[in-house]
Amino acid sequence: MSHHLIVGLILMVPLTAAMGAFALPRAGRWIGLAVMPALVMLNGWLALLLNGGELIQPVGGWPTPLGIQLRVDGLASLLLIASSVVGFLVSIHAFGYFGSYREAGQRNRLFWPLWFFLIASLNALFLSRDVFNLYVTLELNGFAAVALVAIAGERNALAASLRYLFVTLGGSLLYLMGVALLYGGTGTLDLALLAERISSEPYSYLALVLMTGGLLMKSALFPLHFWLPPAHASAPAPVSAMLSALVVKGSYYILLRLWFEAFSGIISTEAVQFLGLLGAAAVLWGSYQALLQDRLKLLVAYSTVAQIGYLFLLFPLAMTADIRSGILTGGLMFLISHALAKSAIFLAAGNIMRAAGHDRIRDLDGITHALPVSAFALGLGGISLVGLPPTAGFVGKWILLGEGLRQGQWWWVLVILAGSLLAAAYMTRVLVHAFTQANGSSVLAKISPGMEWSSFTLALLSLALGFAATGPAKLLETVFSKGSVL
Amino acid sequence: MTDSSHILYLLAGAALFTMGLRVIYSKAALLHRIIAINVMGNGVFLVLITLAARTPGGQADPVPHALVLTGIVVSVCAVGLALTLADRYRKKSTDRQEDADL
Repeated sequence: MSHHLIVGLILMVPLTAAMGAFALPRAGRWIGLAVMPALVMLNGWLALLLNGGELIQPVGGWPTPLGIQLRVDGLASLLLIASSVVGFLVSIHAFGYFGSYREAGQRNRLFWPLWFFLIASLNALFLSRDVFNLYVTLELNGFAAVALVAIAGERNALAASLRYLFVTLGGSLLYLMGVALLYGGTGTLDLALLAERISSEPYSYLALVLMTGGLLMKSALFPLHFWLPPAHASAPAPVSAMLSALVVKGSYYILLRLWFEAFSGIISTEAVQFLGLLGAAAVLWGSYQALLQDRLKLLVAYSTVAQIGYLFLLFPLAMTADIRSGILTGGLMFLISHALAKSAIFLAAGNIMRAAGHDRIRDLDGITHALPVSAFALGLGGISLVGLPPTAGFVGKWILLGEGLRQGQWWWVLVILAGSLLAAAYMTRVLVHAFTQANGSSVLAKISPGMEWSSFTLALLSLALGFAATGPAKLLETVFSKGSVL
Repeated sequence: MTDSSHILYLLAGAALFTMGLRVIYSKAALLHRIIAINVMGNGVFLVLITLAARTPGGQADPVPHALVLTGIVVSVCAVGLALTLADRYRKKSTDRQEDADL
């Protein structure tokens, strides 16, 4: 199969699945079981074809100034694989969580079509290299995510989804104004051409500020994180898992592309230090808030706020690094390990909530007895979040720490260490309660094995990825290399 | 068109954009905020259309027009989704608690 066909399939398969699940609602969950492994294979195949290089797909055969290109490099390929693997395992969980057509009820039947739209829009986002195309994928992604948050239909969920909708729409429009300015100034929308044509003029800085502001809002970086905990905590478990694992990273991915590709010529050291500073504040504030929460899902959501902060420490460290591939590997290992661990934890929390009927941390005693596999997944995921060896979280933090020390930017090192300690504290709080023996803990609902083992497998993968860091490192070798414009 | 009229249109676009932005993130009523999404979007569209008219030779640049058309489609969907959610939300709320926690 040529890469043109594979790239086409990666977009068309989830879109077709979405329409199929809409037309045949009874088959929705079976379509999920069939389509998601196929996507994992397609993305894996694409990474093999890529072989450290870059593949370009001019849509409809039109060359760049006129047409729109889809492009795959190591970074895009890695995120495509991560999103399909997480998506697949979360689909297995959702298979049991929402149950059959009859069990699902009126609203939950809409889960599967929206789910495939979410996957399709994420895939399209990772493949796009045109700032306007990215805007469209960002909006599609936001719509699917907002609708999925609202799916529970309760007043709280609707309020959270409306708040989320306003944030995501305002953010996209800020971004779109930046796109307009860029087109007015440079006459192009293609990221690579933008990198060549951009110059230090007022319009480029204004565009950078608008686009970054909009995207920071959507990635929920402190202090723009206020919308995330209620939205992620009130959604059904599979939705929370996917939102925390990958959806916030979609806008982060665009930020990477903008700062290291399109705008790389005009970015100053002060600007990256500022982003790093916001990241550091997010790490500390998010972890502190997580420590204060009484409910498990809110704790996990605040932990996401903190973990997003780490991702932004990548900016100051990577901008001044001599070789970007090493530090980029560290950041990406961290991102993927967080995606795996966080989805595992959210799924386990969903199982606990369904079995116990609540997610009050204080009353979790004895849950290990009722749900041993989920409790174990919670523990493993927690270890990865804290960043203990040999998890991928450890490898990621280790690379960031090493780079911080090597460049003499020791203040980020302190933040990473403090964040890890706080993460250890809030995860211990959960685990101490979960692993306490208690008599007569009652289980309200039965949890299917698929729901337990999908969560466990995700946690195990975040552990195993620590041993396989060379694969991602090879894919990222040539991405954002200094001097060479992609 | 002269240059000064371009500036007038650009400023008008920027004004609509800022006004919309201000209301979206305010404590205004739900419907106000949904309309603000439209106002903000139209601000961007006005800027794009003005940029299209700026090309020398009097021929308008078609690319921004295509962007605006796509943008309009996206914003219609956005408003549709927002209205549906707002309607459901209102039906679940009592008069007193309406919009209180948004």
